[in-house]
Amino acid sequence: MSTIKSLDELKKIREESLKKLELRTVGAEKESIKVLIGMATCGIAAGARDTLNAIIDEIDKRGLDNVYVVQVGCMGYCYAEPVVQVNMPGKEPILYGNIDAKKGREIINTHIEKGELLEDLIISKSFHRI
Amino acid sequence: MSKYRSHILVCVGTGCQSQESVELIDQLNKEIDSAGYKDEIQVVKTGCFGFCEKGPIIKILPEDVFYIEVKPSDANEIVQEHIVKGRRVERLLYEEPNLNKRLEEQHDIPFYKKQIRIALRNCGLIDPENISEYIAVDGYLALGKVLTEMSQEEVIKLIKDSGLRGRGGGGFSTGYKWELTYNNKNDLKFMICNADEGDPGAFMDRSILEGDPHSVLESMAIGAYAIGAEKGYIYIRAEYPLAIHRLEVAIKQAREYGFLGERIFGTEFNFDIELKYGAGAFVCGEETALLNSIEGGRGEPNAKPPFPAESGLWNRPTCVNNVETFANIPPIILKGPEWFSKIGTDKSRGTKVFALAGKVNNVGLIEVPMGIKMREVIFDIGGGIRDNKKFKAVQTGGPSGGCIPEELLDTAIDYESLKKIGSMMGSGGMIVMDEDNCMVNIAKFYLEFTEEESCGKCTPCRIGNRRLHEILIKITEGKGTKEDLEDLKRLGEMIKITSLCGLGQSSPNPVLSTLKYFYEEYEQHVINKHCPAGVCTALKKYEIKAEHCKGCTLCKKVCPVDCIAGNVKEAHIIDPEKCIKCGACFEACKFNAVENNKVVS
Repeated sequence: MSTIKSLDELKKIREESLKKLELRTVGAEKESIKVLIGMATCGIAAGARDTLNAIIDEIDKRGLDNVYVVQVGCMGYCYAEPVVQVNMPGKEPILYGNIDAKKGREIINTHIEKGELLEDLIISKSFHRI
Repeated sequence: MSKYRSHILVCVGTGCQSQESVELIDQLNKEIDSAGYKDEIQVVKTGCFGFCEKGPIIKILPEDVFYIEVKPSDANEIVQEHIVKGRRVERLLYEEPNLNKRLEEQHDIPFYKKQIRIALRNCGLIDPENISEYIAVDGYLALGKVLTEMSQEEVIKLIKDSGLRGRGGGGFSTGYKWELTYNNKNDLKFMICNADEGDPGAFMDRSILEGDPHSVLESMAIGAYAIGAEKGYIYIRAEYPLAIHRLEVAIKQAREYGFLGERIFGTEFNFDIELKYGAGAFVCGEETALLNSIEGGRGEPNAKPPFPAESGLWNRPTCVNNVETFANIPPIILKGPEWFSKIGTDKSRGTKVFALAGKVNNVGLIEVPMGIKMREVIFDIGGGIRDNKKFKAVQTGGPSGGCIPEELLDTAIDYESLKKIGSMMGSGGMIVMDEDNCMVNIAKFYLEFTEEESCGKCTPCRIGNRRLHEILIKITEGKGTKEDLEDLKRLGEMIKITSLCGLGQSSPNPVLSTLKYFYEEYEQHVINKHCPAGVCTALKKYEIKAEHCKGCTLCKKVCPVDCIAGNVKEAHIIDPEKCIKCGACFEACKFNAVENNKVVS
């Protein structure tokens, strides 16, 4: 590779490298949005991996740096798999059911970017953990 | 997939590597591959997380889940459970001993709560062998800023303003050192990194070099620009093969990217770095001895002045800074001296890395703000004393430092406070001792070390330390007298004021500080011929209490010198003349009939 000859060149490389490293810092931020995807046997059997990959791809495409995706175990809604839960800071978690890849992208688009709920897909709005 | 959805960070520092973390990585990759997740999950080698007690450590992001003591055989379960199904592997989570609760996330663990990481900021976060990860975390940005936007005087002023002091032990102002070297005009100057970490039990510099080698290279280039040097050396001990390897990789990458070499960042500034290996002599950590060693001469110190800033390597102006000092510099430049001087105390700013070792629950590498109390470090971060034993002393500063007793545990950790109580900051070793440690024996251990490591150039250090050591041997063998205690003190103080270099000037500290704080224990040794901790073999006495002895003959069987007499179902007797005090009978007795004289009778 050719050597770096200016501060701007360095900053450019930094931007590119940073994308690969975002994950290391975003998890530690309390303010970030969490997207939980049910990845137990039932979720996987229902195609949760496609949903997961689509969601990650969509986040990446839109350059959302405050969203991170976590796969979780069975949430108990096996009939509605794949399920996706969105935790926005300071708000009640929203649980969506029957989310395929296309609907997954929609969640990122509508709920996370625009802040509008996808009412038709919601299976639970407020659930309290014991 | 353009992006990995999860990163598994695995520590490949020396500590975790010795616990098969490299095999673990292979195994993780194999499992991920066979589960078909190769494009989604990235396994990253990183530097030391500091929690060496519980290694090998792995951290899974973005969830920030922290697994401890992971073995290669756990890879399957981690991949199958955590990666595929998103379930935590409970048994590998850290269990807080006081709360009896398993903690998932790193920032919940008390070990990390009181720490502020500046010098170790990238250790355990980035892959030390990948320059682009260092660049992503603002790497080489400070160098670019310095070279393109700042004059030499401005860089020196900034470092002076920050109040950064040398982390190698002395605590000399880094900015001032740079200024002195800058002011000595010469056509050839040198920038040197002192990575000759020699204190027993210390591994701060090694971990920085292994976990974040580029930060040291970047800072050396910044310093070289400030003082006007074009050539740098890293003097590193040959016993650090992994650190050397990482540095070699880093230097090669830095050259490829043009951060080392000619016309760096398109400016007139040229700088390159060469590694020099030390053969492990402790005295070579002293800067003038280090310079002699680089020149190919004997590792012996010179009288100062002249200071290296005036006449150092090949008689040219030279600046020698420690690894940890360098690691602090890029954040200071990027965030400003005001940011740095807010951390720590007025005179000792910033943080200090310590290698916490000895009888604490959490052995490891920690970075704490200056001014924190010893007690917080040992009991909050270190998790208290092992096996619920009683704290006795903490040794800071290695062979040059002293032992600090319980009543001084609320002393703040800064250069001046530690000096005042007869210890020193040193490079950052911190060894915790409990009731089973004999302080006379500890002093003897350090004197044995300095006696061996003294280069022999000046008489006080060469002969004085030898005499100190001999007196201590005498005391631990039960042949000491009260006069010996006086001699120890007088001789120790004499060595301190008459020795040539820092080694001799500080080597009596372990003796003097233990005499000061544990005088009673010395008295017990010389007057009562008794070692309260039960460490000094010659002073041990084993006796069988007739009323407890059932005559089972077990002690007789295990005794290697046949000094126990007695018949079955009769009380046994130890012949003190023949006894070699090995303690085998004490360990073997099931009825607690064998007594040692650990507790004063």
